[in-house]
Amino acid sequence: MITRTLFRAFDGKANWVVALLAVIAVLVPLSNLALPVGHPLRVPDHFVPLFGKYLTYAMLALALDLVWGYCGILSLGHGAFFALGGYAMGMYLMRQIGDRGVYANPVLPDFMVFLNYDALPWYWHGFDMFWFAAIVAIVAPAVLAFVFGWFAFRSRVTGVYLSIITQAMTYALLLAFFRNDMGFGGNNGLTDFKDILGFPIQASTTRAALFAASAIALALCFIVCSAVVNSKLGKVLVATRDAESRTRFLGYRVDNYKLFAFTASAIMAGIAGALYVPQVGIINPGEFAPANSIEIVIWTAVGGRGTLVGPIIGAILVNAGKSWFTGVFPEFWLFALGGLFVAVTIFLPKGIVGAFTGGWSALKARRISARAEQGSDIAPEPSPAE
Amino acid sequence: MHPFRLIPKLLLALALLITAAPGAFAQDVEALVNTLPEGSYSDREKVIFDLAATGDDRVASILKVLGEGDLYVREEDGRVVAGKRAGRDYALSDPLTGEALGAAPSSDLDKIRVNNRLRRAIRSAIGQLTLMSPSPSVRLTAARSLLRNADPDALELLDEALAAETDTGVKTVMELARATTILKTDAGLDEKTAAIDTVTARGNREALAVLTASLSTAPSELTPAIERGIAGIERKLAMWDGLQNVWYGLSLGSVLLLAAIGLAITFGVMGVINMAHGEIVMLGAYTTFAVQQVIRISFPGLFDYSLAIALPLAFLVTALVGIAIERGFIRWLYGRPLETLLATWGLSLILQQTVRTIFGPNNREVGNPGWMSGAFDLGGLSITWNRLWIVVFALVVFAILLAVLNRTPLGLQMRAVTQNRRMASSMGIRTPWVDALTFGLGSGIAGIAGVALSQIDNVSPNLGQSYIIDSFMVVVFGGVGNLWGTLVGALTLGVANKFLEPFAGAVLGKIFILVFIILFIQRRPRGLFALKGRAVDA
Repeated sequence: MITRTLFRAFDGKANWVVALLAVIAVLVPLSNLALPVGHPLRVPDHFVPLFGKYLTYAMLALALDLVWGYCGILSLGHGAFFALGGYAMGMYLMRQIGDRGVYANPVLPDFMVFLNYDALPWYWHGFDMFWFAAIVAIVAPAVLAFVFGWFAFRSRVTGVYLSIITQAMTYALLLAFFRNDMGFGGNNGLTDFKDILGFPIQASTTRAALFAASAIALALCFIVCSAVVNSKLGKVLVATRDAESRTRFLGYRVDNYKLFAFTASAIMAGIAGALYVPQVGIINPGEFAPANSIEIVIWTAVGGRGTLVGPIIGAILVNAGKSWFTGVFPEFWLFALGGLFVAVTIFLPKGIVGAFTGGWSALKARRISARAEQGSDIAPEPSPAE
Repeated sequence: MHPFRLIPKLLLALALLITAAPGAFAQDVEALVNTLPEGSYSDREKVIFDLAATGDDRVASILKVLGEGDLYVREEDGRVVAGKRAGRDYALSDPLTGEALGAAPSSDLDKIRVNNRLRRAIRSAIGQLTLMSPSPSVRLTAARSLLRNADPDALELLDEALAAETDTGVKTVMELARATTILKTDAGLDEKTAAIDTVTARGNREALAVLTASLSTAPSELTPAIERGIAGIERKLAMWDGLQNVWYGLSLGSVLLLAAIGLAITFGVMGVINMAHGEIVMLGAYTTFAVQQVIRISFPGLFDYSLAIALPLAFLVTALVGIAIERGFIRWLYGRPLETLLATWGLSLILQQTVRTIFGPNNREVGNPGWMSGAFDLGGLSITWNRLWIVVFALVVFAILLAVLNRTPLGLQMRAVTQNRRMASSMGIRTPWVDALTFGLGSGIAGIAGVALSQIDNVSPNLGQSYIIDSFMVVVFGGVGNLWGTLVGALTLGVANKFLEPFAGAVLGKIFILVFIILFIQRRPRGLFALKGRAVDA
């Protein structure tokens, strides 16, 4: 059953994407490490963590797409799951610093010494082990999403209301993590990381490995998402998106399907966050900001929601644009981003990928109808809803 | 109080208090000051009494300098000077006029010495001069300083001053000071009981401190009375604290109401949460800034009217911006509320950056007109004028809006569209125009909210962002399509926030409120006052 579901995930398009990601995962680190400095084909050092960051963003956008594009839940709080995963990884990296901090305390991270902590808070225990941090990076967002979704979907909070309370959730977490008493470093967050799994975090080999890990993780997420949306479960999700009440009347437990999608999506976001932190070297409460979560939505919208390739393209394009803009015309970035929001929603409601495939299927439909006119009896494909 | 009426009383008080020769009244201050260095300590004491008896304004400051041991005789000309150490030398000045007289080394100066007896005499003379000063504010300061450092020696003085006092405000402080002093002396039980009653009747924090301090020194017979007094004051203070919190809450609630009410209208009618709403509030605040800037440069006399001028202008500017947004963007997105949310978020970024480009990223100074600054006390409450006006203003705006919705044709059409868009359209209402006007009205209200917020908050390009989430919370909490819901929602959240703050701190209080709203929406997914309908997908 599972193999069949997974097998179905590998339709023609998915194969290409996974293959491309695998090639990137090998080629970029290889070119950075193996080719001599100055070689025209060498990926410059600072590009490796930058592209790695884009890949984690792509994962995040893909996660959002699973709930928004396929299930109709516009979450304005996905940044919270991302940041929770990031904090779990950040706590591990903090503990790895050991006595190399400014205050050279073997157990307490610098900010705790600074804030006069006597001992490690109970929730910091265990984070000196990578496997524990990795589990927390998955479990913490999953639990939050499960509890939040269980309440919200059961009460049938939908549409704009759901969006607003997801925003309230991430805003509440933002305020909470800003507090020094929370024991997560207050507004400075966690930074000054030294090692990951014993390897120096700044070394180009480590960065290349992290890049490859991000690409592979993205590919795995893509396979999972593809398996989900191509299964019967995925059909119910789409039905929920398009006509929730009707699906419920047909006898499906809509709440459970939504809860599954929401939790799975939060887990992916958490993994993305855990991969993001070692590559950028810092995690602070700013990641919880509602504006960040809304930005994730625009990546997905630009690429094309309701498609799996779209959010990946969107996240990478928008963020590459952001890096370029903030370097060249810093004051125009907000204009560009704002304009993008407006233009995409009005002119490209299905995003870049949707526009292309829309044009493609229109062309195909025209061919089919032309053939039908010639007497052929091929039935036209049913057009996708919305 | 008229100063001339005071003089006989002053003289009487001085005559009672001072045993010096009556001839001293005639002597002038300069001559008396010049006799200070001569003779023994007791001679000097007499001169001090004489000085005080002149009732001259300058005497208090001279005596103060003398009491601090900063009065000297310059050896070369025998002149009395005030000296302050400045490096190795002393900076000299005339003790009467304050005129600078250069510097001199300490070897050229003779200190006019004082002993404890003299210091006491000086203190009482100063107290008497200040407690009986013609100016009520000087008397008040003197009474307050006696209240802080109760001095049993000053009791007699206080009694005199109390007898002469006519200003009730000063008199209460003096009475409190007297009672405080009595509690420190070894006066009789009756007198002390009366003093405790006086202090208890005062019933503020000062009185509480006095009673708490006296608890250890008072005889044990009085302890129950004092404890009763303390408990009574604490009860009273707790009540006033509660009321003060209610007031702060109402004040915060009115700000939330102003920020959210425009949003409630557009959301109620069009089902669209306008993410650019906060930026429209900000535009209103910047309109106020621009108006004040023009007034500052061209018509400084009109400053007190700047808000009255800014209000209609802000309404107009933001209403036009709102209509432009609706006609230009939102009308293409009807039926897709979530995408409208994104498009308006994009617009908010553009508006923010536009304002940042034009006015700069920093806070802009918007002044309070005279009638909005300052504060007054109401019982145990301290109320600032600007907060009071904003509460009043928010309620007025709310009332006007209610009237517009319930009493005008536009309001009727808006309600019809809110309740059933298709039916309204079938009845001949031009729903696109209603949408545009609604959006204009909601934005205009946001604009005048901006005028009000410019008075209590920093006017910066980020002004809107700090209110947008709170406004959402108010609207979803209160329920859509019902202005009363917004009113109740805003005031409830405001008061709840302020009541949580003392226990949980500002940030944690806010987190509690957010969590509460998230849970509340689970119970009532359409808010406090939901419109009832029969549709499955409302």
